[in-house]
Amino acid sequence: MTALRPDLAVIAANVAAGSRVLDIGCGDGALMAALRSQAGADARGMEIDAGGVASCVARGLPVIQGDADTDLAFYPDGSFDYAILSQTLQTTRRPDLVLDELVRIGRKAFVSFPNFAHWRVRLSLLWGGRMPVTRLLPVAWYETPNIHHVTIDDFRSLVAARGIAVERAWYLSGDRETSAAAANFRAEHAVFLLSR
Amino acid sequence: MPSPSAASVQRLTLAEPLTLDSGQVLNGLEVAYETYGSLAADRANAVLVCHALTGDQYLASPHPITGKPGWWQRMVGPGKPIDTDRFYVICANVLGSCMGSTGPASMAADGAPFAMRFPVITIRDMVAAQVALLDALGIARLHAVVGGSMGGMQALSLAANFPARAAAVLVIASAARQSAQNIAFHEVGRQAIMADPAWAGGAYYAGRKKGPEAGLAVARMAAHITYLSEEGMHEKFGRRLQARPDGTAGAKTFGFDADFQVESYLRHQGLSFTDRFDANSYLYITRAMDYFDLAEEHGGRLANAFAGSDARFCVVSFDTDWLYPTAEARSVVHALSAAGAAVSFVELSAPFGHDSFLLDVPALDRVVAGFLGNGG
Repeated sequence: MTALRPDLAVIAANVAAGSRVLDIGCGDGALMAALRSQAGADARGMEIDAGGVASCVARGLPVIQGDADTDLAFYPDGSFDYAILSQTLQTTRRPDLVLDELVRIGRKAFVSFPNFAHWRVRLSLLWGGRMPVTRLLPVAWYETPNIHHVTIDDFRSLVAARGIAVERAWYLSGDRETSAAAANFRAEHAVFLLSR
Repeated sequence: MPSPSAASVQRLTLAEPLTLDSGQVLNGLEVAYETYGSLAADRANAVLVCHALTGDQYLASPHPITGKPGWWQRMVGPGKPIDTDRFYVICANVLGSCMGSTGPASMAADGAPFAMRFPVITIRDMVAAQVALLDALGIARLHAVVGGSMGGMQALSLAANFPARAAAVLVIASAARQSAQNIAFHEVGRQAIMADPAWAGGAYYAGRKKGPEAGLAVARMAAHITYLSEEGMHEKFGRRLQARPDGTAGAKTFGFDADFQVESYLRHQGLSFTDRFDANSYLYITRAMDYFDLAEEHGGRLANAFAGSDARFCVVSFDTDWLYPTAEARSVVHALSAAGAAVSFVELSAPFGHDSFLLDVPALDRVVAGFLGNGG
């Protein structure tokens, strides 16, 4: 088994044992499998791609083919200890509404996303004048699934405006943590633990 | 390795009368079934497969009338997704059918066939008969109940009404209620049967009288169209013309013979169906499907149906299935999510319409094998 992506490793290390977890945008189920084996979690998933869902089900993971923008409404309030949205927020049509759903369904929510204000992205725009193609944003502008690019400061102000509390945050450059102070410039990606 | 064709042929007569949803009571109910594989000592490896409208218990063994391979031979057998080396697989002919279980062609207490005196049955009645079979086989809890189309309705009904009896529920190309469009197609079929003078009010069993074969064939033709996709039909037949007996191909007759290959195919499907299926059974089973509405049975809210269930669920739909489209599957999944059930759902891509669940769709094999084999 390959190592978890850094943001997933942060999430996996911070989910309380035996929790009920909904992983939205669970891909091939790597995080769910880790949560199940490491934390004894009751992990459920949602994934938009049929191939990803079929892989998960073939591994015995309960995953629903669905869309974060439309299919979260059917879960009752507080039905999970954690709702997790990793590297998916920037692909949704209405990230603000999806965030509301996360903290409604989950008592707490983990959200991770690539930081569009990372210095490499800034340099690419400033000096190249072109939409950046980086390690975490590897796809050209015309075919990227990322339709709502977001920076760490944007995210902080959105959650503040919606009355969502930040319980903890991790700012990552590669797989190393960087400080909160310069995170908007230095972090390639971030993980937030939220609650209502 | 035992061959599925060597499977046992068995029939159970229920000791207790069965009270139906209609309030009527059936005595001496018979349930014909087939089993494949062996029951483990702990009796925990049983998988019940529920068949569709015109299906039967010959899941993975040759049909005794047509001689054709079992209808899910590709899915059930040693090393197959429903692995008979691991699982004890049971398939019973549904109540109301005509392959050995009690139905309208069976003898009533007066020694004459029931015909239209047979009580109208429901999906839940069919499931009650299946559960009585499980009782007789000493199976308290199934490893899984599996079904496609009407079989999926039975699987859902079993999960809702007998929640302790299955640890996992796999529902393929099905729905929690019959749609208006599907009721409409069934009504076309029933009217075709009843419009055939040979139907004779259902009393066609006596002597060597022929049943309503023309009507039943038309019913089957209409239904068969709903099992395919437009794309699949186009692929298979297009506008191609039939070869004539004299060897000329592609000529229109300027008459009403089966000029088009698709006409010839449907006529064949209709006619061959009458060899193996009883017209009255077709009336009763389509009626049972039409009455099926799991939410209605549970206070109008589908999630209530699954409130008592701790089973794992897996729901599968196909993108070209317009008979039981993905929207129907999604409403089941949303209800299961609302009830807090562990549910998986995937819409698979396959060109064969509703019939995809019976045909070569490798992604379905992976999902079925994974769902049954893992997470137990």
